[in-house]
Amino acid sequence: MKKLILGAALALTGLASSLAAESYPERPIMMMVSYGAGGATDFQARIVTMTAGNEDALGMPIAIINKPGAGGRVGWNWFASQADADGYTLAAYNVPHFIAQSIKGGVQYSTDSFEPIANWGADPAVFVVGADSPFNSMADVIDYAKANPGKLTFSGAGLFVGHHIAALQIEKAAGVKMAYIPTKGGGSAAMKAVVAGEVLGGVNNLSDAYRAASNGSVKILGVADLERSEFLPDVPTMMEQGLDVDNSSVNFRGIMVPKGTPQEVIDKLAADVPKMFENKRVASKMSAGGSPMHIMTRAEVQEMWAARQATLEELLKGL
Amino acid sequence: MEFIYYFGDVFSPVSFALLLVGTIGGLILGATPGLSPTMAVALLIPFTFQLEAAQGLILLGAAYTSTVAGGAVSAILLKIPGAPANIATTLDGHTMAKKGDGAKALQLSFLSSAVGGVFGVLLLIFLTPLLAKWALAFGPSHLFWLAILGVTVIGSLDSSSVVKGLLSGCIGLWLATIGFDDIMGAQRFIFHPSLGGGINIIAALIGLFAIPQVLTMFAKGRQASGAEVIEVKKHSVLDATKEMLRWPRALTIGTITGSIIGLIPGVGGQIAGLVAYDQTRKFSKHREKFGTGHPEGVIAAEAANNAMVGPSLVPLLTLSIPGSPTAAVLLGGLLIHGIFPGSDLFDNHPDVAWTFINSMLIGQILMCVFGLYVAGMAARVAQVPQSIMAAVVLVLSVFGAYSVQSSMGDVYVMACLGVMMYFLERFGFSAAPLVLGLILGPIAEANFIQGSMIANATDGMGVYFLGGTLNLFLIAVVVASIAYSVWMEVRVQKLVARGEAKS
Repeated sequence: MKKLILGAALALTGLASSLAAESYPERPIMMMVSYGAGGATDFQARIVTMTAGNEDALGMPIAIINKPGAGGRVGWNWFASQADADGYTLAAYNVPHFIAQSIKGGVQYSTDSFEPIANWGADPAVFVVGADSPFNSMADVIDYAKANPGKLTFSGAGLFVGHHIAALQIEKAAGVKMAYIPTKGGGSAAMKAVVAGEVLGGVNNLSDAYRAASNGSVKILGVADLERSEFLPDVPTMMEQGLDVDNSSVNFRGIMVPKGTPQEVIDKLAADVPKMFENKRVASKMSAGGSPMHIMTRAEVQEMWAARQATLEELLKGL
Repeated sequence: MEFIYYFGDVFSPVSFALLLVGTIGGLILGATPGLSPTMAVALLIPFTFQLEAAQGLILLGAAYTSTVAGGAVSAILLKIPGAPANIATTLDGHTMAKKGDGAKALQLSFLSSAVGGVFGVLLLIFLTPLLAKWALAFGPSHLFWLAILGVTVIGSLDSSSVVKGLLSGCIGLWLATIGFDDIMGAQRFIFHPSLGGGINIIAALIGLFAIPQVLTMFAKGRQASGAEVIEVKKHSVLDATKEMLRWPRALTIGTITGSIIGLIPGVGGQIAGLVAYDQTRKFSKHREKFGTGHPEGVIAAEAANNAMVGPSLVPLLTLSIPGSPTAAVLLGGLLIHGIFPGSDLFDNHPDVAWTFINSMLIGQILMCVFGLYVAGMAARVAQVPQSIMAAVVLVLSVFGAYSVQSSMGDVYVMACLGVMMYFLERFGFSAAPLVLGLILGPIAEANFIQGSMIANATDGMGVYFLGGTLNLFLIAVVVASIAYSVWMEVRVQKLVARGEAKS
């Protein structure tokens, strides 16, 4: 009898250890968003994780924790240096923001500090001008910039974020010098500067610009992406307008874990999270809010991160 | 007048129930230290996923209005301002509570909140298109001068002398530079990892106001145990209404200042209460009574911070641009239902837009009713013995600072600033000008840098910062404000000198 119990106990403990990864997750998971409540990243993170508790997803809810500050640096610094690598602490990433910041320096993270899980969204940068602006295409903008070097003011949400990258790429592609004005307070402050006529133009998120344009307060002149957006089928890309601007500035949003998270947990998340993003309710809420979805698997994201690292190092050289 | 047509929707059973839940819940959340209106609204967003668009917004709108007013409860009773909007309320409100007039202070604060709040929402209803233009008129150069105007308030705010007030303000301005600079990304004074994001304003508020008070209570707790039982005076609502109407000037200045300042994107909510308080004092016949538990102080501050609620939503509702963090959260609440604020909202979903705005109007009144109901009971907090009170306030402070972004770093910041303030207070410095410096510093800096970048690319600094009617007007107000302070200072000195000569 004793032997039997001992055997059973042994079998159970053996089973338990091998189950550790299989039974993951056993408790609710936390996801850190490095921007404030109400921002686009926070808003989308809440939508794409709302079905996490369902049986066909992770089976455990995901709670969002905001750690905003310094353009995301505060949250990602915390995630790289203090978060537990046990699979119960996830974070939202914004590419190219965190990669550009790590190249610029002064932060405790780089692409090597994190393991991507999956990508949920891609919000391209667009070039906007006020509704009553004389500019009607990127060519008009570039012509003005050529005639008035350094005098064309255009706003964007800070330095070393997607908007700044797009601005640098536009200047480089057209070979002109313009005055990029970084604003404090994110895309909405940059948009306000355009609508109020404080600046001649601006780089902004496609989702926010789409809303402002449907409201009649701005015109969208170009999309900094490889293809036209389904939200704006009539707006040509930068490339179509002869500017060599690729998708480096597209704001990719997704989920990552800290380096050192057990491989089984990463594999499990990488398999389940994209399915969670594909949920119909998630898709309908996202499109209702004008937030473009773009689901990518772990392998695709790894490839994208590496490509971004190379482009950005080149672009930010000498800045 | 379209809004009247949709009033019925607010009173449908589900909507009204949500309005009640939002109002009562908002009061409780608002009274909890550390839970700012923005946080409270963000916490409620997930609940609106399941609701219809109009109903979800009723919940959020009611919560927004009543958290702003609820912040007065902890400001008056515990001297912990729940949000920057309530800083000015502590100055006279808490002094009143210490004298046993807590019930009166709370009643005044809820009544004047309701007056200011209803006025603000009416502005939103009738003058939105006009206000939208006004909100957009403030560019970087104007916001810079506005921040400088705020700095001129610092000297005269709640300090024993102008010099000490200005010094406190400078400490605040320095504290504001800590962290990554928001525009350039430069690192400044980050001598501990928890300072990377700068000093969180809510954590700083709790530390600067509550901790010195806790230390003082602990310091004298031993010898005076139980000796200092405050008798809480009963105060009827009717008397409070009469009292409020005795001070029409404070009510008017508070309401109007709050509405105008609330409109300005990115600045409004935080300084509306303080500016209104200062203006009321400058125009008051009882200037010297401010800070000693004078009703005008509470009335002006609370009328202003609720008057700001309606106009602060104008940029969001008309232009789809959130002008404040709370408006950004509300934008999320709209987007989740596929509604874009702006012309889409008013043209295609008038039921949602007007039900939301109406619910804020009714919410103001409900908030006032519930606030008055709890005022009498809540004021008894003052009877709690000091030693216990100190412990309770300390626990609430730690909880509040932690809950802002679930970070122990904020708790350390709160504790350090609190201990520092305890010693500074002994030398006659005070917390209000310091906090104002902390709030205004980043506004002045960011707008100056942004403005100078635009100026350098276009007309040059001189024209950009000194040209234009609005710039000149703001500069004139700044000069007038400084001249007035100097004149008052000189007059007081003359009076003192004459008094000394006589005796």
